[in-house]
Amino acid sequence: MDIQIRKLHKSFGDFNALAGVDLDIASGELIALLGPSGSGKTTLLRCIAGLEFPDRGEIRFDGEDVAERPVRERRVGFVFQHYALFRHMSVLDNVAFGLRVRERRERQPEALIRQRARELIELVQLAGLEKRYPSQLSGGQKQRVALARALAIEPRVLLLDEPFGALDARVRKDLRQWLRELHRRTGYSTLFVTHDQEEALELADRVVIMNHGAIEQIGSVDEVYERPASPFVFDFLGDTNVLRAQVHERRVQFDGADIAVLDGRIHPDGAADVHVRPGDLRLGDGGIGLDVVVQSLQRTGPVVRAVVQTSGSKAPVRVEWPHLHHDVPALRPGAQLRLRLLQFSLYTPQSRPPTSSLGAPILIGQERRRDHA
Amino acid sequence: MNLSTIDARPTPSRRHPTATDERRWTQLVLIAIAVLFLMGFLLLPLIAVFDEALRHGWTLYREAITSPDALAAIRLTLLTAGIAVPMNLLFGVAAAWAITKFTFPGKALLVSLIDLPFSVSPVVAGLSFILIFGRHGWFGPWLFDHDIRIVFAMPGIVIATVFVTFPFIARELIPLMQEQGTDHEQAALTLGASGWQTFWRVTLPNIKWGLLYGVLLCTARAMGEFGAVSVVSGHIRGETNTMPLHVEILYNEYAFSAAFAVASLLAVFALVTLGLKTYLEWRHGDELAATRRH
Repeated sequence: MDIQIRKLHKSFGDFNALAGVDLDIASGELIALLGPSGSGKTTLLRCIAGLEFPDRGEIRFDGEDVAERPVRERRVGFVFQHYALFRHMSVLDNVAFGLRVRERRERQPEALIRQRARELIELVQLAGLEKRYPSQLSGGQKQRVALARALAIEPRVLLLDEPFGALDARVRKDLRQWLRELHRRTGYSTLFVTHDQEEALELADRVVIMNHGAIEQIGSVDEVYERPASPFVFDFLGDTNVLRAQVHERRVQFDGADIAVLDGRIHPDGAADVHVRPGDLRLGDGGIGLDVVVQSLQRTGPVVRAVVQTSGSKAPVRVEWPHLHHDVPALRPGAQLRLRLLQFSLYTPQSRPPTSSLGAPILIGQERRRDHA
Repeated sequence: MNLSTIDARPTPSRRHPTATDERRWTQLVLIAIAVLFLMGFLLLPLIAVFDEALRHGWTLYREAITSPDALAAIRLTLLTAGIAVPMNLLFGVAAAWAITKFTFPGKALLVSLIDLPFSVSPVVAGLSFILIFGRHGWFGPWLFDHDIRIVFAMPGIVIATVFVTFPFIARELIPLMQEQGTDHEQAALTLGASGWQTFWRVTLPNIKWGLLYGVLLCTARAMGEFGAVSVVSGHIRGETNTMPLHVEILYNEYAFSAAFAVASLLAVFALVTLGLKTYLEWRHGDELAATRRH
């Protein structure tokens, strides 16, 4: 089923949880709603489910406006953050609940209901645990029961609120892959809310990044990561260094460096912020780049991290690279080196009102080729 | 590594096995205080009641509790509890539901009002009902004209009992339902359950032990209520005397054995309630622990 959301507004008292959200979800898509807490992502999910009602706006399921329809008529599968399993019911009864509460003329015979529940329990790989009670299950198992229960009603869309939030790191990783596989097999349109960018990028076909009740960017994993639409998106998706720079006639100048803008789009002349990820930086002995002094070095597992200081503005810059590529000689604190920016994004500093041409970011690859790929 | 170098002796036990353990004599003093207090204030009076009741033998005891007035008092007490407890069950569940599942203006006020019967003296409560329903009260003349008797009759006793025992069930349910939140209800609704189905299949099973506990406490109090009932009953023998009132009358008439006989019966009711509660806790301990906080 596809979903269209138009100009959705919702406020709680003075707080604007949703401030005009537009979103289209195609049938069978797996979408992540990503954002910090208070960004409106859970409110959006609950509005789609019918657990909250928007103040204004449309929610269309296959063209039909359901914004005013009560939750029980929407047929959505909702998986709660803390699962909300019925603790006085066995796993089988939990899964069968949605089938048993149907009106009599729509309800299947009990034998068929039990059979269907067993199939679902098998689908979520919990066969043999039908008679257990929720208190006898691990977190990951509860999550699967919650999912099977939501799938039992053959939902038109599957909605998951922080599905892995309450699980420990290892279980989380396993469940992610399993959920992706399950989505491939069942093909339900699925939305899940998360504040974990890694989770969003790993699981979703498309990522919706939200901030202050509005959507900052919608795109595939590659799009949002490689072409972040705003400094917020850039910062939210990973570690970021921000350097102050000036743009002058298609050249970016900062800290004594002068880099030609190779991208077609041109940032207007004036102040700009250079956003660059620690992993998109390289340290070398010479070549184009900034003069820096190594301040500290730290190795964590397969990654080496360094903090370097630019010679001009003394700004600290974080750099990281895989430890095997130890191609920098004499790397120790105090070493004087050259810092190259492999790729970065330019944004107008946020303190200044954005100029008209700045809706979109300018991504500039000073060196697109990655030498140490 | 050479096995013989491993020291197999257990490490000597420490004086304080856990951080919260106190010294031995502190423990003993605390336990002694608790036990002595229980003996002095609970067990001793209970023994005294039964001892006094049975002092003059079984025959007198049986006569005291089977006299027409005593039987009428027992009947009235059970009837009053039988009406008041279901009413408070309904009110309590409704109030707890409203307070925990909805937000509305005046909610805080409602929560404090529920506690009112605990803080108001029962005698004051009884007097206020006289003021409202009495012969010269607000509704008195109208009631008198229509030949409806409330005070100095059973309806007044029931109303006073309902008032005094109102907080027991609501107070038991509110923290429980607050703790549980609305996730379960929301889950049931997304799965297509109606409001009614959600209540019967999800909410009620979640609160059933708390509810039962509240009902037991409410019943015990309803049977034992004295102050408010005393004011509105009018003390008409064989008609508006409940068991506690009957005990008082007998006592004032120096019929000590009879008074204690009826009192012992009340004590038996209380013990049965206590026994039921303990049985429930023993039988369904896991579920109680999962859903109840105390």
